[in-house]
Amino acid sequence: MISPGPDKSKLYYPTMPATWWLRRRSYFLFMVRELSSVFIAIFLIVFLVQIYQLSEGQQSYTAFIQKLGSPGWITFHVVALFFAIYHTLTWFQSSSVVLQIKIGRQEIPRPVVMGIHIGAWIVASAVILVLFILLRS
Amino acid sequence: MAGNKTCEPFWWALFSAGGVVAAFLVPIHIVLVGFAVPLGWISDTGVLYQHWWVKAYLFVLISLPLYHWAHRFYFALNDMGLKPIRKPLAVFCYGGAVVGTFATIWILLRV
Repeated sequence: MISPGPDKSKLYYPTMPATWWLRRRSYFLFMVRELSSVFIAIFLIVFLVQIYQLSEGQQSYTAFIQKLGSPGWITFHVVALFFAIYHTLTWFQSSSVVLQIKIGRQEIPRPVVMGIHIGAWIVASAVILVLFILLRS
Repeated sequence: MAGNKTCEPFWWALFSAGGVVAAFLVPIHIVLVGFAVPLGWISDTGVLYQHWWVKAYLFVLISLPLYHWAHRFYFALNDMGLKPIRKPLAVFCYGGAVVGTFATIWILLRV
């Protein structure tokens, strides 16, 4: 059966100015969170390019690493690290809302779930750091 | 409703997995790649990246957050008034992540 559906010309389409997210602090922080993914993606591409240099030989690998030591790249990585940590914290925040863990009938409070996430993050980072130092040569 | 099925759950699952990977693993890698190695705190010859299991790890680390980017960037640009061009935008974002995935596989197999 084909239903005619509503007359499209009579539907209401709300319009938003492109700058709506600049109006309030919370809207702005929402957009910062969304755009954190851009910096994370750029960083991963840079990392991928660094790994690619290996296939071009040890010399180009070392040259690329030297390039990353320039003030411009250091500045980029400071900004990228800021956005990455912002992503981590906001991701854990929303995970602690979504994940409702219960022990018996008692629900674990959100700050505790957040704390477990942060603890796991620190442990994971430490493990990666140690493995990197042990396996790099 | 059968005709209204979308592929959104598929992209959302990749977005979500990428979000977890980015949250737990990316900051320490920024510290290593962005500061520790170029500033000489830790030396790195790249030998590490030749282990097959490190490659498997790097594949997950690099490819999944690309889908996370695709999803967030697509919807952020939609919300910033680019809805009229959402189709090419979707191709750019999700297509970019797919291209990035294959580029990652190609590069990891080369080294």
